[in-house]
Amino acid sequence: MVDLSHDSRPIIGRGPPLGASFMALATASIALMVADVRYGQLEQVRGWLNSAAYPLQLGIDLPFRAWGWLTESLADRERLQHDNLALTARLRLADLQLQKFAALQEENRRLRAMRRSSAGVATRAIVASILNVDLDPFRHRVLLDKGSADGVFKGQAVLDAQGIFGQVWRVNARSSEAILISDAEHAIPVRSNRSGVRTIAVGTGDPNRLSLPFVTGESDIRKGDLLLSTGMGGVFPPGYPVARVTRVERSAKATFAIVEARPTAALDRDSEVMLVWFDAPAPVETPPATGSPAATPPAARSPEAAPPAAGSPAATPPAADSPPASPAPTIAPPPGAAQ
Amino acid sequence: MRRDMLGRRILYWLSVAAGLVLAIVPLPAWLDAARPDLALLAVIYWILASPRIAGLWYAWLAGLFLDVLRGMVLGQHALGFLVVAFLTHRLQLRMRMFPIPHQAAVVLLLLALYHFIIFWTDGLTGHGYTGWNRWLPVLSGALLWPLIVAAGDTLTRRSR
Repeated sequence: MVDLSHDSRPIIGRGPPLGASFMALATASIALMVADVRYGQLEQVRGWLNSAAYPLQLGIDLPFRAWGWLTESLADRERLQHDNLALTARLRLADLQLQKFAALQEENRRLRAMRRSSAGVATRAIVASILNVDLDPFRHRVLLDKGSADGVFKGQAVLDAQGIFGQVWRVNARSSEAILISDAEHAIPVRSNRSGVRTIAVGTGDPNRLSLPFVTGESDIRKGDLLLSTGMGGVFPPGYPVARVTRVERSAKATFAIVEARPTAALDRDSEVMLVWFDAPAPVETPPATGSPAATPPAARSPEAAPPAAGSPAATPPAADSPPASPAPTIAPPPGAAQ
Repeated sequence: MRRDMLGRRILYWLSVAAGLVLAIVPLPAWLDAARPDLALLAVIYWILASPRIAGLWYAWLAGLFLDVLRGMVLGQHALGFLVVAFLTHRLQLRMRMFPIPHQAAVVLLLLALYHFIIFWTDGLTGHGYTGWNRWLPVLSGALLWPLIVAAGDTLTRRSR
């Protein structure tokens, strides 16, 4: 049974009555929620509060980091050797692809210069660590150790080596919160690398599954298709891998097919991610009649120049697939339309 | 007596701080959804033990800190903590008399109310998650109540 202490319930005249302070505080919390959600007026206050909470979050992260460091430094020689071999092999392969990439990049730049549009390539990136802090079991948010002091801004794209990870949704002085593409509140515009069909991939709350709710029954999307970011909306750099289609179910009755995809980024396993800056693709409006006729026809308005092969999409981020001849509804807007 | 009060206050805040830390420590996935609300349980316990020191402000601020740590809507957990604290204050004289299982049942109801408030405000602000496992902490918290009481009694006995 709970111990009775010397102190007991207020009987008469000790502070305001319970009901009154309850009402006052309840009103205060509701006012806070409204100000926060409806009017977004608490950004500044929240910044201070989060900065104050950051040391605590770092403190929680520290033991996990220390443990990781310890196991890393005590790793046995054999494993290190094995890792080293594997990495060397991968590097050799990557170097080989890079050779090809240099030539492609040059070609791509020339083509883009002709079209007078800036490339949507990441120009700068910083690496941020994910802190071992669990913000909410049902939301896919992570805390990163880079903040406005490092130039991070709200809406910045977050990538990992395999694909798009998410975007920054709140920035504090030294830390920031990112929302993952698998969060149920997140959606990202994508297109199929094979057919060019554009659609939107929505998070499901499961780190291994995205849902594509707006694919019509006739759209050319197949199991195994790689989905790339389109760059619409200007948040994500175009042409980065997002997910691979794992399931397509069409029924004659439903207008939309059931399509699911698996994110290519290691959403639940990453410990480090990249925050990128890129030149947003310039809107490709139809130039006036004086423009060179070769650049203006409809072909130039669909995505980007054609790459030689759909080989390794991760290595050729700026390149896109050939403008497809695919079903009408999903392909409509030109790249700059969402700006 | 004055110094004793101060010591108590520090103890209460430290225990809530520990509860808040445990609220965001990473846990394995299967345990994550059932993570008990230790900070709230600590608040309930201290209100029962000494309602004059652990008042509504204490509960409200604890909830607000949880909001800040989790990066959620400000005021959401603060409201939940406040309502639970108010009811605990109201029921306090009766709850202290209850045997432990009976107390745990009341705590179960309080936690259910708390999670309903969180669920409701989540829905209002458009973050609704409707899976059944979001109600697991209610159960785990109530099951943990005897342990909380034992730990709290040990702590206060020593500091007395």
